[in-house]
Amino acid sequence: MKILKMAKENLDFFVSVLPAFGEVYAPLERGKGYVFERPSKWSDVRLKYTRTLLPPKKLMLPPRETTFVFDPDKGYQDRLEEASKPMVLFGVHSYDIFGLNILDRVFAQSKYTDPYYIARRKNTAVVGIDFEPDDKHLASSLNTDFVDSGFDLFLSDIGDHYLVLVGTSRGDDMVVMSNCLMTRPTGADFEEYKRRSMQRRASYKAHLVMEDLPEILEMEYHSKVWDEMGERCLSCGSCSMVCPTCYCFDINDEVQLGSRKGERIRSWDSCLLKTHALVAGGENFRGARSSRVKFRYYHKQRGFVAEYGRPSCVGCGRCVEACPVQINIITVIESIRGEHHGIASSARASS
Amino acid sequence: MELQAVHARPPEDNPYLPHMARIVRIHRMVPDNYLFQLRFADDAMVQKWEHRPGQFVELSVIGTGEAPISISSSPTRKGILELCIRRAGRVTSALYRLPTNSMVGIRGPYGNGFPVEDMAGNDLLIIAGGLGMAPLRSLLWYALDHREKFGTVTLMYGAKSPADMLFREELLSLAEVEDFNCLLTVDRDPTGTWKQNVGLLPSLFQKMTFDPSRTYAAVVGPPIVYKFVLAELLKLNFRKDRILMSLERRMKCGVGKCGHCSVGYKYTCIHGPVFTYWDAINLPEIV
Repeated sequence: MKILKMAKENLDFFVSVLPAFGEVYAPLERGKGYVFERPSKWSDVRLKYTRTLLPPKKLMLPPRETTFVFDPDKGYQDRLEEASKPMVLFGVHSYDIFGLNILDRVFAQSKYTDPYYIARRKNTAVVGIDFEPDDKHLASSLNTDFVDSGFDLFLSDIGDHYLVLVGTSRGDDMVVMSNCLMTRPTGADFEEYKRRSMQRRASYKAHLVMEDLPEILEMEYHSKVWDEMGERCLSCGSCSMVCPTCYCFDINDEVQLGSRKGERIRSWDSCLLKTHALVAGGENFRGARSSRVKFRYYHKQRGFVAEYGRPSCVGCGRCVEACPVQINIITVIESIRGEHHGIASSARASS
Repeated sequence: MELQAVHARPPEDNPYLPHMARIVRIHRMVPDNYLFQLRFADDAMVQKWEHRPGQFVELSVIGTGEAPISISSSPTRKGILELCIRRAGRVTSALYRLPTNSMVGIRGPYGNGFPVEDMAGNDLLIIAGGLGMAPLRSLLWYALDHREKFGTVTLMYGAKSPADMLFREELLSLAEVEDFNCLLTVDRDPTGTWKQNVGLLPSLFQKMTFDPSRTYAAVVGPPIVYKFVLAELLKLNFRKDRILMSLERRMKCGVGKCGHCSVGYKYTCIHGPVFTYWDAINLPEIV
């Protein structure tokens, strides 16, 4: 991989070339948190942030999008054109890039591929940036604290400079367009990168042991932990909305009043919501709340491993932050492992 | 440098795109269960269309939405797609209001279908309960049209009453066909004119003998049918991976994305809807 470095003072000039590659989205402060949004001026962008409220998923799979317009005379016409608008996603953390790579597996690399997702992903440049973990980041446990693909450029802080990984030819175009602001790194720069990287890995406060989790889940399918969780969970679906890899969606047709013309809308859905497994005729295969909470864990930590070789969890910590009743993946998994008694008993989540 | 958007693919490659098809005929088989015969408006689509017994399509009624429907016609009978559709939800209710010659949208086929390549060379036992005949009719006609590929072919079909039996006249006429065991039964016969068996579906097992070492059983029906029929098959020493069943879930996208049809770790739409009994007992949410 091509590796360069860029003086931090040159960042302002570098970002000025980004609009040539599409509409720029970057982390901005919003209330007590951060969001990926279009900055009105660059000084609003936060290079050091914990995590955004919603992951970059929101730009690849919008919360609501029109997939087709329909008309009784013409049938169904796709709206792919709108999905092909170029974007630049600046300042994405490694676990979120990993989240996009996981979505790629489902939407772009499986038997049936999703043209809306692919159009957005292909037309979006991703510039990654490193981060300091807080007490909710689990990226080191999920092996998402480093990514080697899925981005165009990746910036890592090495003091006065950023070390810049060039991941794609489009990334290289960005380098060229910024008038070769970037220079070759020295051995000392690599040493500094490695030193910081090891220090960062050691600074993680939250940890999960993932290796044997699929087997343990297989054995603990009837554990009362799931019933306890069902008692607590409000079925609000927040954890899946903020999850970088939760991709369930619903499809609904919306008709213009007084005609049969309209739009086919795809919108985010969640397996936590009561109607998720409801079929015509009224049978609900997951009517009990505990069965829905359990399903989400089994899908992400067990089923996804069987299908794709790794859990569909990137350790971003968003579900922990979003849950209104403090259900915490760390305590849930520790309870399942038998290291905790009662998921409510742990204060680790909120401390 | 000029910026150019990368376009994914031509629009017809969009797996979500419904292709328009005309309702050629509607057969009112039983109340709230009609057979719709469809033909794609585009002749190229008619030629291109291929499916396997046991697969399903997503049916769109313009202005209402989409619903997953299993295919009742055999891939050996090209040109017309037959869907046996129960009036159950919003989309199917809207479909029932459409007159002949209306256009609907079809995309698919989806799902794995029955493993007909593996089943070839073996005896075939098709067991249908109630509406389970809808997907199994595709397999039945496939087997009858490829009669040379199979050993003995047997259908056991049970319905509540003669009036509830799907494809009743067709099946009664097939009962005359040589080299095919067509066993039909009804739980009760209020008309008094039913000349076939009266009794519950499992009672048909007494009428036949099977060689489980060379037989595939395909079972589709309501939960009660699975309960009793599976018990009979296991008693006869059928191998668990030679008992095939078809699951019904809310297959919304059909292509393994939307998540609604998940059962345990699997998506019914891509890993199923046909599962072996062995697969099924290993899916945590099935029981």
